[in-house]
Amino acid sequence: MRPPGQTLNSSKTDPPAPPAKPTVSAVEMGARQREISVSEFFTKNRHLLGFDNPRKALLTCVKEAVDNALDACEEAGILPDVVVRLETVGNGEPAPPASQASRFRITVADNGPGIVRQQIPPIFAKLLYGSKFHRLRMSRGQQGIGISAAGMYGQLTTGKPVQIISRTSGRTPAHYFEVQIDTKKNEPLILEKKQIEWEHARGTQVTLEVEGRYQKGRASVDEYIEQTVIANPHVRLTYHAPDGETKELARTYTELPPSPKEIKPHPYGIELGMLLKMLQDTRSHSVSGFLSGDFSRVSPRLADEMCKAAGLSPRARPRDVHGETAEALYKAIQATKIMAPPTNCLSPIGEKAILSGLYQQIKGEFYTAVSRPPAVYRGNPFVIEAGLAYGKAPEPEGALPEKKAVPLAEGEQESGDHELARVIRYANRVPLLYQQAACSSYKAVLDTTWRNYGVTQSRGAAPAGPMVIFVHMASVWVPFTSESKEAIADYDEIRKEITLALRECGRRLGAFIRRRERAHSEHRRRNIFELYIEEVVESCNRLKGGTLPVAKLKEQLHRMASLRTGGAKTDEALGKNGSGPEGLPHSIIVTVDGVEGEVPEPVEAEAVEGNSTNGASAGDDKPARGKRGKRTRGKGAAPRRAGKPVRKRAAGKRRTR
Amino acid sequence: MASKTRKPSAVEKKLIGVADVVISAAQKRRDPTLAIPVRSLSNVSFNERKGHLEMGRRKQARSFFNVGMAKKFMQTVLVADALCELQRANLTTSLREIYYRTKHTIKNSHENTLDTQDESDPLIEDLEVTLEALREELHVRAENAGSIVGPLVLVDDGDQVDCARLGKGGYSVPSIVEPEYLQIRRCTADFVLLVEKGTQWNRLSEDKFWRRYNCILLTGNGQPPRGVRRLARRLHEEKGLPVYVLVDNDPWGYYIYSVVKQGSINLAFESQRMAIPKAKFIGLSSADPEAYGLPRNVGIKLNDKDIARARELLNYSWFQKKPWQEEIKRMLSIGLKYELDALANKDFQYLTKRYLPRKLKEKDWLD
Repeated sequence: MRPPGQTLNSSKTDPPAPPAKPTVSAVEMGARQREISVSEFFTKNRHLLGFDNPRKALLTCVKEAVDNALDACEEAGILPDVVVRLETVGNGEPAPPASQASRFRITVADNGPGIVRQQIPPIFAKLLYGSKFHRLRMSRGQQGIGISAAGMYGQLTTGKPVQIISRTSGRTPAHYFEVQIDTKKNEPLILEKKQIEWEHARGTQVTLEVEGRYQKGRASVDEYIEQTVIANPHVRLTYHAPDGETKELARTYTELPPSPKEIKPHPYGIELGMLLKMLQDTRSHSVSGFLSGDFSRVSPRLADEMCKAAGLSPRARPRDVHGETAEALYKAIQATKIMAPPTNCLSPIGEKAILSGLYQQIKGEFYTAVSRPPAVYRGNPFVIEAGLAYGKAPEPEGALPEKKAVPLAEGEQESGDHELARVIRYANRVPLLYQQAACSSYKAVLDTTWRNYGVTQSRGAAPAGPMVIFVHMASVWVPFTSESKEAIADYDEIRKEITLALRECGRRLGAFIRRRERAHSEHRRRNIFELYIEEVVESCNRLKGGTLPVAKLKEQLHRMASLRTGGAKTDEALGKNGSGPEGLPHSIIVTVDGVEGEVPEPVEAEAVEGNSTNGASAGDDKPARGKRGKRTRGKGAAPRRAGKPVRKRAAGKRRTR
Repeated sequence: MASKTRKPSAVEKKLIGVADVVISAAQKRRDPTLAIPVRSLSNVSFNERKGHLEMGRRKQARSFFNVGMAKKFMQTVLVADALCELQRANLTTSLREIYYRTKHTIKNSHENTLDTQDESDPLIEDLEVTLEALREELHVRAENAGSIVGPLVLVDDGDQVDCARLGKGGYSVPSIVEPEYLQIRRCTADFVLLVEKGTQWNRLSEDKFWRRYNCILLTGNGQPPRGVRRLARRLHEEKGLPVYVLVDNDPWGYYIYSVVKQGSINLAFESQRMAIPKAKFIGLSSADPEAYGLPRNVGIKLNDKDIARARELLNYSWFQKKPWQEEIKRMLSIGLKYELDALANKDFQYLTKRYLPRKLKEKDWLD
């Protein structure tokens, strides 16, 4: 760098220009330094929140609004009834068709508890304002950014405020608000507020106008809606797509997930700084009381033990514990064996509900679901659930004209599709649609050796075949890789649980496939002979110059064929006279029998329906049930709900095949 | 179908025998089974006294009531039927036509009786060995894939063919050259030169090598087809001509020579009428590059497959003679193979003007 011969000193004293006055003084610099409000930060960094492109932004807005609606309903113990409406906005001109529109009005209405008047503006127009951040309790939302960020995005792209209608009960009036966010101060600006007439007795409706793009397919609003219903079969969702289509997604599971309890932090999950802060904030008068009172799973005896290990008096005042003593205490806590955190803060979907969701939304032959027992990462309890829908539902008889048997030319093959399995991922019941490859659950799917379970899989790829793999993580704090909540971070403990759940699903799938294959091969054996006998006999007849007693030879061979393949026994196994693969049951659902007691009791659908929702919903549900009944073919619906009976049914079908 | 007046030929009777196997087995409630001689190295032995390969006695059962074989059994019966039809109509046909003739969709299914020709070809060979009938007798012919030129007069279907007056192109050797179809009217040549590749045969034919050295030039374009091998054998047997084989210097060239000399593993049952145990290997030998000053850069590095094949040849009992072991080992130690074409590196006519004359003069060949 330096010219040779020059010393370090000389170069220092030999600057290109004389030391001029600094162009900017510290005072001037100081004058420029000021606070950055969260809203300003996220205005510039909206991609962090999932608003990178118009298509994704539209999805994010819908998602945030629906998540809030579901959270609110569930917390209030109401079976959610959500209406999502997407409309194109022409902005002065006639509204363009959905595929070309760039502006959308999103309306999401729920039948939740409603919001008190004073809270409406901050909830919808203040970032990082919410009820969910400070408690350890499972919910869809976490940070209190979502819906206000969606509003801010709308404000930024269309200039339109967020419109909210909310009503807390039939006796109170409905409130109408138009709010915007003051991005400088991160405070709500109320543009309009009034009391209005509203046809609903209770609930909240939020309307956003945003720039977006509507396109079906992967990671679309439609996909989000579909996947939401799979993981939330207790939700009734009406979706008005912007192209005028309306989807009524019926409630298929009438039990509200048990409301998760709020828990105190687990000692293993906190850092030293957090401990110091808690020591300052506590209301307890002694360290021992603080430990047992402010943490979960710390008994007074255990607290005393920790104090002893840290060389601290259990009676010491928490506020007096600083520096080294605090660090000693922290170490003592980490060294003590403490029970895993309570898991009543979690509300897993449950095997039956997953089965019900998968069965309703995905056509297949085999469904299974596994809920893992709760586990802990960094002091946060979590539950992993996995599910699987496999196969293609056979076409209903008579729906399609019988396919003509077209002989295949050389090199031609039956068009078998070799699609890869679809992985649908959830965190706290919310579908994750982006960044699949970065997600712990997807990695676990790739790592599982599906070949062991009779499914083909190429190296480093998802398994191949008509299959949907469902992975759900429920936790008080889901570790996302970013604020936009797209992928679950890859903690070892989480990965392990997902893998175990997938393996269990795989094992059950493997058993199903093997069983089916065995039946198929018996059937094929018989069929082969029956097919070929005809050919052989014809050829022999021609060889003999047409003088053969054809019928007699055929009969002789047929008799031998049935003798060779196990005769009547095989006949039975094949479902009478080998009527073909149509004789297979349409779907088999296996649940583990005797799952832990958390599984909700099977309840009659109608009864719960009537109690928990407003009248309209219960009435509306009836045709939906009818529809479902048709799909289940016969008595399918009833046993589907219980663990044990389903097993039996599956076994029964197997025998008759 | 068959006229009552005509007596069925011996081959036809054999083919009908296939149907009898099925019928009698069905009557006895047994599994219809065909015993097919195994066509693989394990069932082939080298008869040193006769100098050709012989097929062993091992047979494999192909039964109908076996999931793995049912389709093959059905196809075999179907092919037998087609072959019988040829007999009755007194027609000849190709392997491919047999395939098309027997291909159809099985009743009430999406399944074809045969999917590719690869399935029917081995079945014909199976029937050949099982029924001990030659392919020619089954009326199946192969493509005309060989050429001949030289001082030779043949009679084909009553037409006289003077192979000395057919220009550069020569006469295309039919696949069936049995005396009933092709007669050798006159032959004045001193020897037969069987060349592996068409390129070198063309070179020699263009240079009128055969006129100068009074020989018959024969090529099979690669592995010589039955017609070519059989014709060479007839010239050797009936006219007492020595046969020299000119092939590339690589394991496949060696094997072509051995097929001409001892017969092939796959069709070992035919070697007694195909093999020419006295055929000589004239080149390209692995010693030639040095002797004839071929530069190393016209060689090709032996690949893994070549090496594996060469090792296999070393183990074949008919390659056990010391000169042959040396020949193959020399190629392996040099690590190169040479094509005949490489001789053109020295001169376009090097083969005609130098290489062969010197070889013949020095009697430099392997037995």
